[in-house]
Amino acid sequence: MKRLNLGALAAISICAGAAVHAAQTDITVAMQLEPPHLDPTSAAAGAIDSVLYSNVFEGLTRFDADGAVIPGLASDWEISEDGLTYTFHLQEGVTFHDGTEFEASDVKFSLDRARAEDSTNAQKALFESIDSVEVVDPLTVRVTLSQPIGALLFNLAWGDAVIVAPESIDEIKSRPIGTGAFKFVNWVQGDRIEMQRNTDYWGDAPALETATFRFISDPSAAFASVMAEDVDAFVGFPAPENLPQFEADPRFQVLVGSTEGETILAMNNKQPPFDNPLVREAVAHAIDRQAIIDGAMFGLGTPIGTHFAPHNPDYVDLIDLSNYDLEKSRQLLAEAGMADGFTTTLKLPPPSYARRGGEIIAAQLREVGIQTEITNLEWAQWLEEVFRGKNFGLSIVSHTEPMDIGIYARPDYYFQYGKPEFAAIMETLNAETDPDARSALLKDAQRLISEDHVNGYLFQLAFPTIANAKIEGLWKNQPTQATDLTGVRWTE
Amino acid sequence: MLTYLLKRLTSLVISLLVASLVIFLVVEVAPGDPASFMLGLNAQPDTVAALRAELGLDVPKFARYFAWLSGMISGDFGMSYTYRTPVAQMIADRFWVSMPLALMALALSTLIAFPAGLFAAARRGSAGDMGVMGATQLGVAIPNFWFAMMLVLVFAINLRWFSAGGFPGWDDPLLALKALTLPAIALALPQAAILTRVMRSALLDILGEDFMRTARAKGLSARQAIWRHGLRNALIPVLTIIGLQFSFLLAGAIIIEQVFFLPGLGRLVFQAITQRDLIVVESVVMLLVFAVIVVNFAVDLAYAAVDPRLRART
Repeated sequence: MKRLNLGALAAISICAGAAVHAAQTDITVAMQLEPPHLDPTSAAAGAIDSVLYSNVFEGLTRFDADGAVIPGLASDWEISEDGLTYTFHLQEGVTFHDGTEFEASDVKFSLDRARAEDSTNAQKALFESIDSVEVVDPLTVRVTLSQPIGALLFNLAWGDAVIVAPESIDEIKSRPIGTGAFKFVNWVQGDRIEMQRNTDYWGDAPALETATFRFISDPSAAFASVMAEDVDAFVGFPAPENLPQFEADPRFQVLVGSTEGETILAMNNKQPPFDNPLVREAVAHAIDRQAIIDGAMFGLGTPIGTHFAPHNPDYVDLIDLSNYDLEKSRQLLAEAGMADGFTTTLKLPPPSYARRGGEIIAAQLREVGIQTEITNLEWAQWLEEVFRGKNFGLSIVSHTEPMDIGIYARPDYYFQYGKPEFAAIMETLNAETDPDARSALLKDAQRLISEDHVNGYLFQLAFPTIANAKIEGLWKNQPTQATDLTGVRWTE
Repeated sequence: MLTYLLKRLTSLVISLLVASLVIFLVVEVAPGDPASFMLGLNAQPDTVAALRAELGLDVPKFARYFAWLSGMISGDFGMSYTYRTPVAQMIADRFWVSMPLALMALALSTLIAFPAGLFAAARRGSAGDMGVMGATQLGVAIPNFWFAMMLVLVFAINLRWFSAGGFPGWDDPLLALKALTLPAIALALPQAAILTRVMRSALLDILGEDFMRTARAKGLSARQAIWRHGLRNALIPVLTIIGLQFSFLLAGAIIIEQVFFLPGLGRLVFQAITQRDLIVVESVVMLLVFAVIVVNFAVDLAYAAVDPRLRART
């Protein structure tokens, strides 16, 4: 009798186990950095978007997994002939997580807030050309521009342009209220953020019922958390040296995607000797990109020859303009009157691409006689000293904003290029809405900065994700910083 | 006893005031602006200025110091620049991870060190003594973060008895204690090694004293002599070390908190420093200084308890 009972019990527990297994609808996703707060419209921290973009907050348009701009809260739109008026038609039946209805007035509020005088939006420039936002009727919004901007729909897809509920602003930094497929539930600071499926979601219901984001900054702890299966997925895995081990383990899948992060050896174009284009060219030819990718990133990363993402259809391969050629580099230095080389500073922010990459670049530059004094800086110091103070010779930074080639038009930007010809290209581009003409202009812009050797162009930052083999639907690439869970599901 | 107490209390208050000034100056002098850190590489100067105003960073430093100080006295530590939640609440949340962890580690290290030290001292020169001393050498030499990683490798990754880190909260005390077990062991062992050595040498010093010989002469066995007369006298140096260790465990668990990704005070300070969340850094450091000073005060009182001469002298 006893044996029979045990058998029955085992059978029940197996059934129960199977049932639980079939219906797994929760996920724990880990990432390295914790968001400082939860308002994507008032900070540059990518971690905020990594948690909230598309999950909790949505904009009029949005990026899909491949980086294409697709309709979001606006189902469609019309653009006037002169490119100055955009009329957005909004999705019907959308409600915020607090139950209030999403209407045109919320769009007006959000866009006006972002471009206001006292706005703390980190990407305020995205909204600069907006002249007015009018509510036509509850489901129609008209955006009028002071000058045509070809990239408006792209700009509105950024996390910094999401639509927020006016009544939620006071508490948005700790209790975000959006329209997305997941509702924010709880934030245990320093540890995790919890979300739950939004049953009133206007779009396709997500497969997941609950999601937990955890923040594990230490690379060895990250490794342990995945190996012990404490977390189901780790996005932006910080220890690339461990990837082969995960690839060999059938429990896991490894996705290596691309990001919008152009990693560059920034040169101070206004500080001698880098004000001499020959010197900049010499530096560019002294760099062996593959050695940096292999040495600093364990092989992860795509070499680039200009400040543009290689996966973008408009990318031009200009690596040959700055190929690894020590002879040429020495010759250029001699031409510049610096045959014996020179000494400069190399100021490095904390990420490993900079710290490890910096050591390798220093060794490579030494080959042609350029001595570097390496200083390791914290981010806050780097911002103060290099970015704002422009007190540096060389630095290594990954510029992670999508489509940020426009920074080269700003003469006061830290590497201090700002050539008028380049600014002119950007101005034409901003006003251009024809896709072919835009593409041609973008290619011209890439060529110009590459020919001028404004910076040393190293590689596009890769984005490794390690996940349980049974999970599908995770974004491989990072067209914007996001962990979109709306299409994620367990296969068993 | 009362004057002793009063003297100690006055020096406690003065230490705290001096500490607050030093902390404020050091933190504020460090380069880096929280507003530009928050807004990143694309922000425009007017946006940064707007955020600085919103955070109250445009107020003169002098005024900020007094606002901070007077706030603290009334228990209001201000608002975090980055998290935008009250600092007091943040510290309280983290405190309930760090404090139990420090207590667990301290209890564990004392539980190991007392018997081990007694054993080694009582059998001085024996194989057992050598064994204990060898083990403590190893314990002192091994860095606790490496030991922590080994614990994770064995108990979390291979055996799967524990999770690799994280803290589930105190809703389920058993789960919470379980989550703190590996970190507490990693913290406790090196401390236990130090404490064992101190315990042993303190006892050995005492064993050579005249009063111990007298105790033996009046017929006590070696063990009885240690229990009745040795232990109490050996406690002073041991208490000093325990006091130091507790402060270290509370403030110095930062690396262990990183390895086990625990949301404790150490990790909070670490994050706040990188984000230039100055007010959080100042407040947590101040709290830790407060804890250290109070612990030392408590140790002073404990001295007085075990050594009546200290009471009489002051």
